[in-house]
Amino acid sequence: MSINEHDIREVELKAEAIRETIIEMLVAAGSGHTAGPLGMADIFAAFYFRILRHDPKHPEWEERDRLILSNGHIVPVRYAAMAHAGYFPVEECLTLRKFGSRLQGHPEREKLPGVETTSGPLGSGLGQAAGIAYGARMDGKKFQTYCLMSDGEQDTGNIWESVMFAGANKLSNLTGVIDRNNIQINGMTEDVMPLEGLRAKYEAFNWHVIEIDGHNIREIVDAVEQAKAIHEKPTLILAHTIPGKGIKDIEFDYTWHGKPPKKEEAEKFLAELRTLKGKIMGEHQ
Amino acid sequence: MMQPDAKLAENIFQKPESAATRDGFGTALLELGESNEKVVVLCADLAESTRVLAFKEKYPKRYIELGVAEQNLATVASGLANYGKIPFITSYAAFSPGRNNEQIRTTISLNNVPVKIGGMHAGISVGPDGATHQALEDLALMRVQPNMTVLSPCDSVEAHKATLAAAAHNGPVYLRFGREKTPVITTADTSFEIGKAQTMWESDHPADVTVIATGPLVYQALLAAKELEHAIPVTVINMHTIKPLDREAIVAAAKATGAIVTVEEHQVAGGLGSAVAEVLAQEFPVPQEFVGVKDKFGQSGEMKELLPHYGLDAAAVVAAIKKVVARKTI
Repeated sequence: MSINEHDIREVELKAEAIRETIIEMLVAAGSGHTAGPLGMADIFAAFYFRILRHDPKHPEWEERDRLILSNGHIVPVRYAAMAHAGYFPVEECLTLRKFGSRLQGHPEREKLPGVETTSGPLGSGLGQAAGIAYGARMDGKKFQTYCLMSDGEQDTGNIWESVMFAGANKLSNLTGVIDRNNIQINGMTEDVMPLEGLRAKYEAFNWHVIEIDGHNIREIVDAVEQAKAIHEKPTLILAHTIPGKGIKDIEFDYTWHGKPPKKEEAEKFLAELRTLKGKIMGEHQ
Repeated sequence: MMQPDAKLAENIFQKPESAATRDGFGTALLELGESNEKVVVLCADLAESTRVLAFKEKYPKRYIELGVAEQNLATVASGLANYGKIPFITSYAAFSPGRNNEQIRTTISLNNVPVKIGGMHAGISVGPDGATHQALEDLALMRVQPNMTVLSPCDSVEAHKATLAAAAHNGPVYLRFGREKTPVITTADTSFEIGKAQTMWESDHPADVTVIATGPLVYQALLAAKELEHAIPVTVINMHTIKPLDREAIVAAAKATGAIVTVEEHQVAGGLGSAVAEVLAQEFPVPQEFVGVKDKFGQSGEMKELLPHYGLDAAAVVAAIKKVVARKTI
């Protein structure tokens, strides 16, 4: 089922609200990652406000789709999306990384219902997602399992063990999404440890691969619909994204991987995001 | 004398039965296959030697092959447990938890999901394979992880019970098993409770020393106690649970005998001896001697050659007993 223009606009507005919350929470936290969360805001908005079968008031609902975040360091975008979706009050986002908060610097399953898994150390999300998908298939469960990954963590051996396992077992109820933003901590991915041709690598491991613009809501939603229709193998959505998307000073700049904006910068960035929101509304009205 | 309440096997000093602890794991898995539908078994290309082949043949849909991929072994099991299964993962202890320690830490212990980790061929007794395959640090790796329960059964019968107990325990568990056949000390009637130490040998006179042993070396501790029967009164405790440790039993032993010897097929750093010393230092300090591997890697050889070479046999326990008794100030 494709998505109409009205619904696209709704999701885009959610994405911008998520971006604003990300900036606010990072400033309040005084540490954390900026580029990754901003770059994934559209994908998280599409999942939480369009794709997932979930119930924010009952995060442990057995039939829910599972959204596994493998690269735990971009969790501010997940917290922001969950808060806007109604899992917890948006104000709680400002407790990110603070003592006693449920919003740990990297997500913890036992701290906050709905985050599904503890993650941070890279490379271990896809195996967990494959385990959930395998168990669900054993029991004839209908829910989907999604695993969001970074491109940098494709460096890890564990990821490729999981890619091989999911391909061999034809886990068609599993969909991976790679945030292909081309940056990692030490620089551009192709300089640090070249990943290309990433598409051909996944295809060689018996995965169906769809490449999309990770900021185009229609392409995100359509890709997931296509993935659900493929019953022979798992699907990888290779989502090309712009790190720091929405804020010109941050976009494409790998030095923003692991630092938060300063207070003065944040005011400027928030103004820019609010202008962008006006632009989205203008374009669609 | 053998502690009658422990209901141990008769004639263990004459002609004991022998079986590998990994065999007890295998038979327990078959029983669990029948009794608990949630139990699934994951293996990293070592089905026969980790004793899960029979489960694979009887319950093929609940057996999951990972190939030589120990990191994925841990993470896939974490996902299965997160979903609602009770996964047992098996490989050699040198690789799991040796190679996949971080995945166990983050995705099993911190996630707090009920994955059961079977570490096979642990200790130096695996023999001819040499140092690469002789896991001597697995107890240390596992006992420092919050949420993790650590079991180290002394024989195949206890290994069977420990495996059943692990399945019933709602949390992560590490189970340590050996490759070689070793004497069967316990019987079906011997009790087994996670976290509850077991006295196996008591002397007629008040004991001068308590030997706290774990794994198949419990037998060497019993041999030592028997040898010293008419010279030094000894108590022998089987500490099958390394974590949660039975602090009460350790403190009671320290108070009653004033000296402790720990015995394990593991580095003395970080294992049972260290765990016991942590309790004694806090609660009731008494002299302690450590029988274990002293900061060395192993090497190829037969178990009967390696145990004496590394000071892990009954003679080494006897020497440690004499030494600790001489150190007693009371």
